[in-house]
Amino acid sequence: MIRLKNINKSYTMGANKLHVLKGLDINIDEGAFVSIMGSSGSGKSTLLNILGILDDYDEGEYWLGDQLIDKSLSEKQAAFFRNQHIGFVFQSFNLLNFKTAQENVALPLYYQKVPRKERAARALEYLDMVGLADWAGHYPNQMSGGQQQRVAISRALISNPQVILADEPTGALDSKTSHEVMEIFKKVNGQGITTIIVTHEDDIAELTNQVIRLKDGQIEN
Amino acid sequence: MFDYDKWQEIFTSIGKHKLRTVLTAFGVAWGIFMLVLLLGAGKGLGNGIAYQFEGDALNSLWIRPGRTSVPYKGMKEGRRIKLDNDDYKFLLDEFEKIEELSGKYFLGGNKVAKYKEIALAYDVQGIHPDGAIVEGLSVTKGRALNYADQLENRKVAVIGEPVVEQLFKEEEPIGKMVTLDGAAYRIVGVFHDKEGERSMRRFYLPISTVQKVYSSLDRLDQLIIAAGDLSLADMDLLEQKTKEALQGRKMIAPDDRRALRVFNMANEYQSFVSLMFVMNGIIWMVGIFSMIAGVIGVSNIMLIIVKDRTKEIGIRKAIGATPGSIVSMIFQESIFITAIAGYVGLASGVGVLALLQGVESEFFRRPEVNFGVVFAATVVLVLAGVLAGLLPAIQASRINPVTAIKSD
Ligand SMILES: Nc1ncnc2c1ncn2[C@@H]1O[C@H](COP(=O)(O)OP(=O)(O)OP(=O)(O)O)[C@@H](O)[C@H]1O
Ligand SMILES: [Mg+2]
Repeated sequence: MIRLKNINKSYTMGANKLHVLKGLDINIDEGAFVSIMGSSGSGKSTLLNILGILDDYDEGEYWLGDQLIDKSLSEKQAAFFRNQHIGFVFQSFNLLNFKTAQENVALPLYYQKVPRKERAARALEYLDMVGLADWAGHYPNQMSGGQQQRVAISRALISNPQVILADEPTGALDSKTSHEVMEIFKKVNGQGITTIIVTHEDDIAELTNQVIRLKDGQIEN
Repeated sequence: MFDYDKWQEIFTSIGKHKLRTVLTAFGVAWGIFMLVLLLGAGKGLGNGIAYQFEGDALNSLWIRPGRTSVPYKGMKEGRRIKLDNDDYKFLLDEFEKIEELSGKYFLGGNKVAKYKEIALAYDVQGIHPDGAIVEGLSVTKGRALNYADQLENRKVAVIGEPVVEQLFKEEEPIGKMVTLDGAAYRIVGVFHDKEGERSMRRFYLPISTVQKVYSSLDRLDQLIIAAGDLSLADMDLLEQKTKEALQGRKMIAPDDRRALRVFNMANEYQSFVSLMFVMNGIIWMVGIFSMIAGVIGVSNIMLIIVKDRTKEIGIRKAIGATPGSIVSMIFQESIFITAIAGYVGLASGVGVLALLQGVESEFFRRPEVNFGVVFAATVVLVLAGVLAGLLPAIQASRINPVTAIKSD
């Protein structure tokens, strides 16, 4: 499903160059449930952003299915992949504050030109799946962190992606809500969706089937 | 194609961001509103002054006698100067450039005019036959005063339109006898004067008749010269020549400014025209500067708004928005707000001008705006605002989502 070959990524800040990912080779099968671990600054978020086509890399190859994702991909194609094939969940939720939970969840479908009514109905369905049907009309600032994250997960799922990428989805949550959120990911993965979660909590990583450890931009194992 | 869904998205965004919407809208609306008022007020001022010149012949000299202020040829200052029928004949004979010439005789205070049981007081003036032309009267009924009236000292009168209404009601005035200050006059004509109502509540009589009835021999209170289409320079020359000639006849020192007062209408009109030219220039300058200020203001707000939305743009991109959809969202939103605001500014400006239509003072009347100019200004402001928002929007739509999301 996902194949990374010799992925390199550096950040340049003025004269300094920070080599963050140093030749990563990773294969992730379809339907896998993977966690990425590593100390702070080891490059986990950088890697996940590349996987989510939210950022680009300098060297190597990234294959998503049989599509090579590189700089030759136009902005429009990138948008298409983000929209149809990838669901991304951020540590800080990144919901739009001026939209209700239901409107937030429905937004990816807007970019697929799904009619308004159908969008609303499907958004409600996905909110129901994470137990938030009653909160459809609430705004993000009227909800707890755990609830917001569940809304964000619904939004990532609504376009029925092949891959779900989550960057420390439980990082801002207490352990009880963390486990509730992980339950949802487990359910998602149970439907055959490849699920990759960045975390630095061992008990979260234990819930996944495979752990990739990063250290200084390289795979540790 | 009207994309209902897109507009729905835009309306939601506008509705949820009232402050920035109001700020942008206010900037545009205020700019256009002030521009309309400015241009309208300038025009009103111009109309007001132009009105002062309406009615009378523009190429004309108005001469009034006063008192000498300089001793001359053994005569003391303070001597009263009189104009008379000989001066009238002299000017008529000596200056062939003069096309129309009329003396004027003012009867002090209003005189009572009686017709049947109605009695009302009116201003009464004696004029020569050319008087109707220099005063810019148009005879709407009957005839003007003529040379026969003048030669035979006929007791005839030409009256203004309001006088007809007040004295005669529905009756036909021509040929009727009216008692004016105790003497009977036949009404021979009715006139209209663009100068306005006040100048029409008046009786014009042959000047010879007035001189005879009020036994003041041959006094003239004013001499009015009209000179057709003489150039401004020729008018100045004529003013100088006639003045010199009259000064010679009346033994007035050449530098005495009080003995004869000459009002050169052509000259005054010319200075009005140049004043208007300067004023228009200033108005345009101020207008253009306020437009520039408006454009800068609106552009700034747009810039801030786009900056403010960078995170939103990043999030939208992360879930699959194309750069094109982002740019068109911001474009349509801003053009919608600024266009509506521009329209509101335009409408309220024109509305205020409409309220000011009733104002009629000496220097201000009928404020109006050139709609094309104001419309163009609105379009410029709207486009400037939209363009100012568009460039940063295009930039924001291109930065990668991670950077955009981190932006606050
Ligand atoms: N946009 C950027 N510009 C410059 N340096 C960056 C940028 N993003 C990340 N870095 C640097 O790259 C390194 C890896 O960052 P990354 O966010 O991938 O780490 P991480 O493993 O996710 O850490 P954490 O557990 O704290 O989230 C860090 O040293 C970070 O400072
Ligand atoms: Mg991270």
